[in-house]
Amino acid sequence: MAHAQILKESNIDFLGKRRIAAIVSGALMVICLLSILLRGFNFGLDFTGGTVIELGYEQPVEVAAITTTLAEAGIVDATVQYFGSNRDILIRIAPQEGEEASAELSDRVFRLLSANAETAIELRRVEFVGPQVGEELREQGGLAVLFALIGILVYVALRFEWRLAVGAVAALMHDVLFTIGLFSIFYIPFDLTVLAAVLAVIGYSLNDTIVIFDRIRENFRKMRKGTVIEISNRSVNQTLSRTIITSGTTLLVLLALYFLGGAAIAGFSLALIIGVLVGTYSTIYIATAAAVWLGLSRADLMPVEKEGKVVDDRP
Amino acid sequence: MNQYPLWKNLLILAVILFGLILALPNLFSQDPAIEIKAETGEVSAATRAEIAAAMENAGVPVKAIEAREAGRALIRFEKPSDQLRGQATLERTLGDRYQHALTQSPDLPGWVEALGLQPMFLGLDLRGGIHVLIDVDMDAAVTQALERFTGDIRTLLRNDRIRYLTVGHENGRIAVRFREEPVRDEAAKLIRREFQDLEVTTGSEGGDYYVYAILPPAKQAEIKGFALQQNITTLRNRVNALGVAEPIIQRQGERRIIVQLPGAQDPARLKDLLGATATLEYRLVDTEHNVQDALDGRVPVGAALYYERNGQPILLKRRVIVTGDQITSAAAGFDQQSGSPMVSVSLDGQGARQMRRVTTENVGKPMAVVFIESRTVTRIVDGEPVKERVRSEEVISVANILEPFGRRFQTTGLDSSEEAHTLALLLRAGALAAPIEIVEERTIGPSLGQDNIDQGFRSVLIGLSLVVIFMALYYRVFGLVADVVLVVNLVLIIAVLSLLQATLTMPGIAGIVLTVGMAVDANVLIFERIREEIRNGSTPQASIHAGYDKALSTIVDANVTTLIAAIVLFSFGTGPVKGFAVTLFIGILTSMFTAILGSRALINLIYGGRRVKRLAI
Repeated sequence: MAHAQILKESNIDFLGKRRIAAIVSGALMVICLLSILLRGFNFGLDFTGGTVIELGYEQPVEVAAITTTLAEAGIVDATVQYFGSNRDILIRIAPQEGEEASAELSDRVFRLLSANAETAIELRRVEFVGPQVGEELREQGGLAVLFALIGILVYVALRFEWRLAVGAVAALMHDVLFTIGLFSIFYIPFDLTVLAAVLAVIGYSLNDTIVIFDRIRENFRKMRKGTVIEISNRSVNQTLSRTIITSGTTLLVLLALYFLGGAAIAGFSLALIIGVLVGTYSTIYIATAAAVWLGLSRADLMPVEKEGKVVDDRP
Repeated sequence: MNQYPLWKNLLILAVILFGLILALPNLFSQDPAIEIKAETGEVSAATRAEIAAAMENAGVPVKAIEAREAGRALIRFEKPSDQLRGQATLERTLGDRYQHALTQSPDLPGWVEALGLQPMFLGLDLRGGIHVLIDVDMDAAVTQALERFTGDIRTLLRNDRIRYLTVGHENGRIAVRFREEPVRDEAAKLIRREFQDLEVTTGSEGGDYYVYAILPPAKQAEIKGFALQQNITTLRNRVNALGVAEPIIQRQGERRIIVQLPGAQDPARLKDLLGATATLEYRLVDTEHNVQDALDGRVPVGAALYYERNGQPILLKRRVIVTGDQITSAAAGFDQQSGSPMVSVSLDGQGARQMRRVTTENVGKPMAVVFIESRTVTRIVDGEPVKERVRSEEVISVANILEPFGRRFQTTGLDSSEEAHTLALLLRAGALAAPIEIVEERTIGPSLGQDNIDQGFRSVLIGLSLVVIFMALYYRVFGLVADVVLVVNLVLIIAVLSLLQATLTMPGIAGIVLTVGMAVDANVLIFERIREEIRNGSTPQASIHAGYDKALSTIVDANVTTLIAAIVLFSFGTGPVKGFAVTLFIGILTSMFTAILGSRALINLIYGGRRVKRLAI
């Protein structure tokens, strides 16, 4: 039968390399954790509070001139940069110790720069987040990740088996940690949309894990022979081309979003791109391996029979 | 084999048709428009003709002038610049009789409109506008209530001639001090009877006897709820005066209010107006005492030291004649004699009686008008946000009472006609029941909104095309089926969003793009299964059947878990995150329908019920 195929029937010993994978993942996790703890995040306005103003000039302007104008008016803590072209300006003002944090600051800045500009300036965007709101958003974000993980743990435990649920959640934590770890290591701005992406990564990575778990369950019931490792390997191989194609199509769309979607969602798409890649890896090496390591056995996945069932429950 | 019963095919067809109709309004472009509402009654045909004539005179091209529901009218323009010129023309011709607001209106054919269909509701990031989140200072609302009760208790005891030493409140507790126990007990009985909202206890301390009163938690909650509700009403009145179409003012949580003004372009003016607390107080001037003594720190009993706008100190009586709360209507204008800006006000019944009594008793004496503004600011002290309240009170005018007056009178002494206008607006809209502070603002200019729509649309289109091409090449006939289903899925998402009028934001578009990527997953799962079955030697028909059958539970499991993530996102998220969660949620549901039922129906139509040698997969 002639059809396009990315993989001929594969038979790769994925789980045989689970120790190497565990070491690599473990090392990466430690690096990510260290970076998160020591270096922290480049939190965006949503979480730190502060003011962002985007302005459109009719003629090219000098960043230095704007900085000077602001400094003369006593606004010294502003970072001014080009945003796209040399006629578009982005001004960030972080909340300052002892200073008033108010929504009026942006009006002051706009009035000031308008008075100093020769032609009209267009106020393209203003974002102001008060300090207490920033704090709340950070808290809510953490809670959201936590509750998503718990909800998923419960569902997978009900639908499958606790070892698989633990494996799935371990994989999810791995993916979340890795994604936000990269944001910390490269100090990429972390805002609300990135948080949304992290939650979407949880959903996506789980999608992947469930597909393989489903296959493992089916194969345990169907295949009489074979060890847990053999059956797990078989399952990963059987779903491999699907895994690659789905990740591929999702990545195609995400790349389109990253390159064409504009600055507003660049961080979002980047987080998802990282998440999809690491999610695919973790499904194989973390979720399945963790379940095997926890002592997953055939009996755990057999349909519950009424009485006198004879099953081999050795691992 | 592999044939759906007729009803199933018809059902799928009906859902798709329904989706197409619901999504239809999104194909039509949005016209810049102005909505006109009469202060009273409706915008008549004659007025519409008047507007049309005025527009023609001013040389502003108009696309159409339509009568809308609730006696409103809508003027459509070709270009946004015409819209702005049109608004200026309207101001000149209609004046104060009508309210008008800039808006955008889809140019729908009559029959679409007759069905009540609407395009998707675009978020502020896509259409431009101002979003602010307002925090209501609830503690201040409770403190104000305590202050009121303290004053009332003082009046009550005085009227009943019960001798007390002091009345005051501290840390949420009112304390009245007495020298003798029996007097204290008598007072406690009286206070209990008169103020049933208060929880009254007694005690003694340092040889004095006390009556304590606190507001029970239930009463505090009631006060807070009332303050929030009252603030929403006041803010709505203020926003309506701004002339923005479709403003959104809603409560969020226990103490927050969201205000969204689509298309609004002047955030500075909006913020000033929302947070403003300007109000007036009328007091008699204390002419019996010396100002200099007060400046030296000896303020006489029953008087308070104020300053005029020019910095001149002045002594006023503590008793307020009338406050801004008692003003029922106010209009800005110019004083007939001096030509300076003024506000003419009308008082409610009680206020009018008080004013008449005081002015009758004090003809020839000076009366002062106090202009009061207060605002809450947040400063960062030691890394923690700390709220502070700043209150300014200025005497704006002092004039001798020439003759007694009551309900209607005017107040001068304002700096500019703009200040007079704003003050009149605020007095009309009513005071805020508790101080507010803007804790979040997001303003998007109209051009950036359009950029966002364009970029979002383009990335959806390109991402979708890439996936469509890949699927067709890789899975051939089955791939084309998946492609058709994908497009239907997109139409259904748009249909549901239009139907629910859920807000579509930029992250929402990202959510759609993501579901497009993930929607093919269900079909990939099915097709890979079918290939596997074929490899295992099953017949084509059996392979199709087994492929769809076996993949089903996997697809459902995988999607339910993603649904869990979407629900968590929705319940915890605010703003951008919520927008993403909504489209993700809708996208998962529609994609399950299209990828399982839709694609099966198509495959059945192509291959079902006949002898097939090979599958193009």
